[in-house]
Amino acid sequence: MKYFYFLLTGIYFGILLIKSEVVSWFRIQEMFRFQSFHMYGILGSAVLTGALSIWLIRKLNIKTIQKEGVIIKEKPLNRVSNFAGGLIFGLGWALTGACPGPLYALIGNGHLVILIVLLSAITGTFVYGLLSEKLPH
Amino acid sequence: MKIIDILTQPWPWYVSGPLIGLIVPSLLLIGNKQFGVSSTMKDICAICIPNRVAFFKYDLKEQWWNLIFVLGVVIGAFVVGQTIQNPNLIQISINTVDDLKLLGITSYQGMIPGEIFNWANISSGRGFLFMIVGGFLVGFGVRYAGGCTSGHAIMGLSQGSLGSLISVIGFFAGGLIMTHLLFPLIFNL
Repeated sequence: MKYFYFLLTGIYFGILLIKSEVVSWFRIQEMFRFQSFHMYGILGSAVLTGALSIWLIRKLNIKTIQKEGVIIKEKPLNRVSNFAGGLIFGLGWALTGACPGPLYALIGNGHLVILIVLLSAITGTFVYGLLSEKLPH
Repeated sequence: MKIIDILTQPWPWYVSGPLIGLIVPSLLLIGNKQFGVSSTMKDICAICIPNRVAFFKYDLKEQWWNLIFVLGVVIGAFVVGQTIQNPNLIQISINTVDDLKLLGITSYQGMIPGEIFNWANISSGRGFLFMIVGGFLVGFGVRYAGGCTSGHAIMGLSQGSLGSLISVIGFFAGGLIMTHLLFPLIFNL
């Protein structure tokens, strides 16, 4: 049943990615050229909503549907890899116009050529896995 | 205006942004999961090449939820395509249209420029760069950074993570360098 809810949340995200046009290469160009507020509005209001939700969950001690306490794992801080990896991803983001979520959404939306971009991204993740111990973090 | 017309139009940022933000509490409350799409690409590596590379040796049972989540993303995007897809050309800033015209991009059919992203173009220099090299940088970079726009920008910033903030600064630094310094060179090739 839990997996059914994860599937529904994914469908919800897929619908929003297309309807908000976040998946559009054109929108990403508009963002990096500071020519529209659209993407900044989406990211900013999504973060505000997420932060407010986390605050409420903690404040009111809201439980999961299995009646467990909500645990939010801290993300590791690795200054070098956070920035260097982010920079590399950013170069790719401007080229492809898509981060991982939009890659999946574009394929579902019928842009099948993006399968090639996704395959290449998975290859990139694989090569990172091979090299991870040799890279500075 | 009929409801179907409102649904068919692109949704403004102040509607879609908060609705996307609600995925953060949804995943936490369904099963204590943190929003982040890019780790599914690591999971796909782990499924395809098990037990060879240390980085891909971990218990996949903890990750099935995320693969099911992205299956949902594909389905959701497909359903929009069959029902409430905006039939009109995408409306972006006139300044962006002017800038992109200088780079030779004039087709606004669909979500991505067909002049770059098409099957015939993969073997051309420009197509290879945008699709193959671009995809590789996305997949390599997100794993090195430890997350993508959903995991670092939305989830990470929502939980006040410093590492996520550094990553997001990196995302924009990379995007700005590519758009403003490298695009003019690439499109002159």
